[in-house]
Amino acid sequence: MSKAETHIVEKIKVSCKVNGHDIHFQTYPMARLLDVLREELKLTGTKEGCGEGECGACSVMMNGELVDSCLVPALQVEGAEITTIEGVADQDKLHKVQSAFIACGGAQCGICTPGMILASMNILKKNKNPSDADIRDGLAGNLCRCTGYMKIFDAVRQACAAGASGGGMIHAWKSPAL
Amino acid sequence: MLKSAVGRSVPRKEGRDKVTGKARYIDDIVFPNMLHGTTVRSAVARGRLKKIHFEGKIPWEEFTIVTAADIPGDNYVALILYDQPFLVKDLINHPEEPVVLLAHPDKYLLEEARLHVRLEVEPLPPVLNMEESLSRKEIIWGEDNVFKTYRVEKGDIQNCWSQADLIVEGEYHTGAQEQLYIENNGMIAGAGPTDGVTVWGSMQCPYYIHKALLPLFKLPAEKIRIIQTETGGGFGGKEEYPSMIAGHAALLAWKSGRPVKIVYDRAEDMVATTKRHPSRTRHRTAVTKEGKILGMEIDFVIDGGAYATLSAVVLSRGTIHAAGPYSCPNVRVIARAVATNTPPHGAFRGFGAPQSIFALERHMDWVAGKLGMPPDEFRKKNFVKTGQTTATSQIIHEKIDMGALLDRSLKLSDYHAKRELFAKTNPTSKIKRGIGFASFMHGSGFTGSGEKMLASVVAVEATPEGRVRVLAASTEIGQGTNTIFSQIASDAVGIDYDAIEIFQPDTANVPNSGPTVASRTVMIVGKLVESATLGLKQTLQKSGLLSEKYTTAEFQKACVDYIHKFGPLKSFSQYKQPPGINWDDEKYQGDAYGAYAWAVYVAEVSVDTVTYETRIDNFYAIQEVGKVIHPLLAAGQIEGGIAQGIGYALYEKIVWKDGRMANNKMTNYIMPTAADVPPIHVYFEELPYEHGPSGAKGIGELPMDGPGPAILNAIEDATCLRLTHIPLMPEDLMEVMRAKYV
Repeated sequence: MSKAETHIVEKIKVSCKVNGHDIHFQTYPMARLLDVLREELKLTGTKEGCGEGECGACSVMMNGELVDSCLVPALQVEGAEITTIEGVADQDKLHKVQSAFIACGGAQCGICTPGMILASMNILKKNKNPSDADIRDGLAGNLCRCTGYMKIFDAVRQACAAGASGGGMIHAWKSPAL
Repeated sequence: MLKSAVGRSVPRKEGRDKVTGKARYIDDIVFPNMLHGTTVRSAVARGRLKKIHFEGKIPWEEFTIVTAADIPGDNYVALILYDQPFLVKDLINHPEEPVVLLAHPDKYLLEEARLHVRLEVEPLPPVLNMEESLSRKEIIWGEDNVFKTYRVEKGDIQNCWSQADLIVEGEYHTGAQEQLYIENNGMIAGAGPTDGVTVWGSMQCPYYIHKALLPLFKLPAEKIRIIQTETGGGFGGKEEYPSMIAGHAALLAWKSGRPVKIVYDRAEDMVATTKRHPSRTRHRTAVTKEGKILGMEIDFVIDGGAYATLSAVVLSRGTIHAAGPYSCPNVRVIARAVATNTPPHGAFRGFGAPQSIFALERHMDWVAGKLGMPPDEFRKKNFVKTGQTTATSQIIHEKIDMGALLDRSLKLSDYHAKRELFAKTNPTSKIKRGIGFASFMHGSGFTGSGEKMLASVVAVEATPEGRVRVLAASTEIGQGTNTIFSQIASDAVGIDYDAIEIFQPDTANVPNSGPTVASRTVMIVGKLVESATLGLKQTLQKSGLLSEKYTTAEFQKACVDYIHKFGPLKSFSQYKQPPGINWDDEKYQGDAYGAYAWAVYVAEVSVDTVTYETRIDNFYAIQEVGKVIHPLLAAGQIEGGIAQGIGYALYEKIVWKDGRMANNKMTNYIMPTAADVPPIHVYFEELPYEHGPSGAKGIGELPMDGPGPAILNAIEDATCLRLTHIPLMPEDLMEVMRAKYV
């Protein structure tokens, strides 16, 4: 968005569901979903890596699809259902994909990890038994500079073997901003 | 008996927060009353700053504005030399030099304002590459544009040429490379005359920033405090540039009296911060017809950019690794780091070694070819053996057998059978397949007398709850420092891994264990963790609170009792150079490193002669690294380094335009994705190093050295083309192929 736009355009009202909670907020129509999540809802687990849809660090699930939240304007969020990394674990109980990332060494510096976990869940949601090619393809929009991806592939395979599916996102989380 | 933590893949200390999104990186932190800060940069490569204009319909009175005139102390970033300013006062030396700093509560308005600062500059002719710099047509640094020169002389290079059956020459080039950590650089500072300066941020080296901010503010050491926040990757890119950003945030905070956050976006991070030094290497090699190397003459030049920063040290490592793991009686290396009007190049995993090793390992294949000898056979005739000496005349005491390591690598990769097969199938196929390797070593820790001069310190203390806490400035940046220190401390005194915790690096609370660089964290700092933890145990035993044999619970109770009875319990350990390490800084001769990691990497490739794309089908990494502390993390380091090396070889090309990076986006600067990386097969050999903790050596940088030459050797095997430059993009390969065949 042109930054100047924020000062000449009227704010709009947006209602959506984030991690199972009804959320209402006001923002500029072209405000990025990424900024809404991080700044309005204080959901800082979603990261900005590049701001142009290349790195996938800002990946969230929106209406059942994996999206780069840096490319989604607020006006498209009206009525949407969104899941962020904060909505993945059931309180203290980690999702199987999260556990697999820890066990397999899939997270090193951790900055790509929230997006990687959502992308991994998206793979398993679409395909109960993904091939190696499916895994590579499903993660190709999420960049990791630390791992060389091998341990992330292992994590997806292990989560799959443990019976993880892309579903099971637990809506027990509350935004610190609410 | 407690199970040893070392050698097992115990759970990562900070794993849980990273997978739940709870880990807080600098951009996730907001302080009350905080301003956002930004940097106005020069935009010309070289010139004289005449005037600064604040234009447009911007409410400038709302802004905090800092220029060089506002600096309370000295205007230089203290590192090795003091030549780089925090803000330009007069002379502009590269196109991304910071000139003006702005702060405002509204970060969108701030960006508008940044675009409305106009710099009036009188341009001067710039020097934009190494050859121009060496030609001295313009002098832009010192007397001759040369930051540093090293000369390594072993034997008598002049007299070896006449004894040679063959003299082989070659020239090799490597490009700049962006570290491309996924978390951009960022800092938050609070500052004022009473409380001093406190900076939080993404960094590798808290004490480097501390050192840089002391002269900037002319405050006593205890008034400057640097705290590392969760750091989303570094790879060297957060070694020295964070000092600049920290200084900028602190200057804005000092003037505004409010906390100031500066977080770069990707474009700014890529265009303005440090990258790997580009290099040019010339080799002249004397060999006998039996394949014995008689002499190696190496001319190594790196592009340092506009200021000295760490170039001298990068050059040093590149120089020492330039002749590789080979025994040669006569060696001359002349190495220079030169100035250009580009942003300073800096630390990046490998630190000069990937450049000189690329040249060497390409050249070794070239020489072997000239001799009509297989590349493995040629190398085996020349590997340095235990008791023999390297280029700096360092006697290798390690029981390394590079010939055996090479044999194992070729066997694991099925090298010979594949080479034979590809030679048969290639002539009739549009897809040419090839296999190649590189053999190399990488020194652990600082070069020469570096560790002795650093004299790093680690502390270990007991908490009132009876936990053992490690205090060090060594930062967890993804590589697993917290976990590995805990394993080492746990094994040092035989208590449970879960009883150990790590204090977040904070210069007000941790001693200076040196920078998190140079593959030194495990081998050097880890050893200090081990000895400091042992010191804690000795104190407990001397006090009579702990018996000879004990459980974790008894150890913890003894800690609690000690604190109750005597007060705080803390043990320090300072680095002392192990006996037998001697280094001559003048002659550049002697024991360059306490220990080396040794490796052979094999790449298998398919080259499409229609699209000029190269696919890596398999990658084999076999290395001897001393005791492996944490197999999972160690393999993760190797795999990650190899992926970066693949990018260095095939994808990551920086396009320079008038001294600045023109493709500073992830859309046009391409790093390997999940779809690009081959299966990476990692194997370790373990020869314990007596002065490393549990026998460990360094591994972090090693995997960056091998992929470049191994991949190009494989492409040459596939295509029979003479390839001398990385990165080798499809369009580059097209040029070479057309030049040969069309």
